[in-house]
Amino acid sequence: MYVAVKGGEKAIENAHAWLAEERRGSTDVAELSIAQIREQLGLAVNRVMAEGSLFDPELAALAIKQARGDLIEAIFLIRAYRTTLPRFGYSKPMETGQMACDRRISATFKDAPGGQVLGSTFDYTHRLLDFKLAADGEVAPAPQNPPCEDPTLHITEFLRGENIIQDEPRSDDAPGDLTREPMEFPSNRPLRLQSLARGDEGFVLGMAYSTQRGYARNHAFVGELRIGKVSVEMDIPELGFAIEIGEVELTECETVNQFKGSKTEPPQFTRGYGLVFGQSERKSIAMALLDRALRWEELGEDNLGAPAQDEEFVLSHADNIQATGFLEHIKLPHYVDFQSELELVRKLRREAEGRNSPKEVAE
Amino acid sequence: MNEYNFAYLDEQTKRMIRRAILKGLAVPGYQVPFASREMPMPYGWGTGGVQISAATLTPEDTFKVIDQGADDTTNAVSIRKFFEITAGVETTEETKKATVIQTRHRIPEAKLREDQIIVYQVPIPEPLRFLEPRETETRKMHSLEEYGLMHVKLYEDISQHGAISTAYAYPVKVSGRYVMDPSPIPKFDNPKLEMDAIQLFGAGREQRIYAVPPHTEVVSLDFEDYPFEATKADHPCDLCGAEDSYLDEVILDDTGNRMFVCSDTDYCRSRRAAGHVGRLAGEGAA
Repeated sequence: MYVAVKGGEKAIENAHAWLAEERRGSTDVAELSIAQIREQLGLAVNRVMAEGSLFDPELAALAIKQARGDLIEAIFLIRAYRTTLPRFGYSKPMETGQMACDRRISATFKDAPGGQVLGSTFDYTHRLLDFKLAADGEVAPAPQNPPCEDPTLHITEFLRGENIIQDEPRSDDAPGDLTREPMEFPSNRPLRLQSLARGDEGFVLGMAYSTQRGYARNHAFVGELRIGKVSVEMDIPELGFAIEIGEVELTECETVNQFKGSKTEPPQFTRGYGLVFGQSERKSIAMALLDRALRWEELGEDNLGAPAQDEEFVLSHADNIQATGFLEHIKLPHYVDFQSELELVRKLRREAEGRNSPKEVAE
Repeated sequence: MNEYNFAYLDEQTKRMIRRAILKGLAVPGYQVPFASREMPMPYGWGTGGVQISAATLTPEDTFKVIDQGADDTTNAVSIRKFFEITAGVETTEETKKATVIQTRHRIPEAKLREDQIIVYQVPIPEPLRFLEPRETETRKMHSLEEYGLMHVKLYEDISQHGAISTAYAYPVKVSGRYVMDPSPIPKFDNPKLEMDAIQLFGAGREQRIYAVPPHTEVVSLDFEDYPFEATKADHPCDLCGAEDSYLDEVILDDTGNRMFVCSDTDYCRSRRAAGHVGRLAGEGAA
């Protein structure tokens, strides 16, 4: 017997109530606080801020809690919140040369002014489960050095002095804003970098990895990777000058890439660039590799047909909020379309049978 | 939810969307790029339609949302609730009473009027997308009115299957110029695309809006010897007996018994209220 499907509204309400209960988990276990997530799951918070395009550790931690640790869901919450915020202006370009570095390494020079600063990193840890953490996570304070007060020069600046690395064109043009204008192709480098900065870490990583494995290989060295806080300044029209309105933690990666030279350019090193909110090393290195691969045209290189060289392909598929929404929408009812396919396939089969059987009789 | 503007979007964003809508109406079938916003529901779940509805609704409007023709499918419920909360507009399940109708995959059976607007949710706005994946290429093809590829595809269908094997999202030509994707409606609905109401199409993820003004010619692509044919299941509705409505097939048991019911729930209900009775109507009421 057929009962018309009714009560969608009630079902949704109940599903949400169950979801809330599942999110909380067993009430025998203490509830997570936002501060705990912010302080102890900092790299998850960083990823949500980076791909959510909103620097706010508190809100990112809240989103992670609400999303039950599903980071793409948390990123979605932040994006949806972000669009509702009024834009009261744009900051001045940030001066990453003035970064107070917590970490700064170069893979191209053994030492350079400013030194190699390892910082807090998983590199060189042995990936052995630390069962002590299961019992007691208290740690002794790490040794401290007095902070370095001088700005740390970018490694590529040293190469630029020798004119051996390609200089980037300088411009005071305001870059486009992909959250305010629809994306159009061909795009340009500022928009590409915006798209990659908020692109899915896994996607950007996979695309960058493909260049390393030979799909448009570009021989990247990590010229420099630096992590630290940079101040954000904004022109205040009423004051007539710029003031510091806060600071954000950034990871910046500049790669130094081999370049054979072309008909018009002498051999020179070139660069790829990655800049991401928070401590996000993997993402910033991957972004730099992918940025470099996407620059084939401006550098007069050959289009090898590699996915990582294909701007329209990369930028159209890098956003995990778009991707997950469209992927998961196939859960929604499609029975009207399926019904019309059903009718069509039945009709085509009937016609095919009709074509085949009478002929056999005639013969 | 008082902290949000009427119908959620801020007025600047609505103005941007309205400009895209007006441009779409001025150039029927042309896909207007617009700076689609992240909405509090996922891309692919009607964000394009929701943004158009948000930019179209006024406090005096009566709003109806259907998915698969039905008012009570979960996503239709969710979208209707979104506007009940953020816009406080009156909502209805009756096609006749609605001034704005947001739909996914169907056009209501009842004839729409000049004072109504229908908003379609569109997943992939580009009718040529599955023939040419690059937007840079398809935009060029539209601007040159170069639709040969589409006709070749339809021709190949006929040579392989003896019929055009597109059952939904059947391509149309609007006002003799642009080939347009009517969104994934069954081709049964295609003849209704020439109507008295304003038709607006929104694709949020793909950042496109397009439109068909009232009384505009909309032709389903076909060949003289293989004319377009709107098809449906060859049954009457088992609840209301309608012979002219699009039907969903419902599996009744594991021995292959089926029933067919109107996909447009409001149409079916109003017919039953008027005394029409289908084959299984008595049993369904239990």
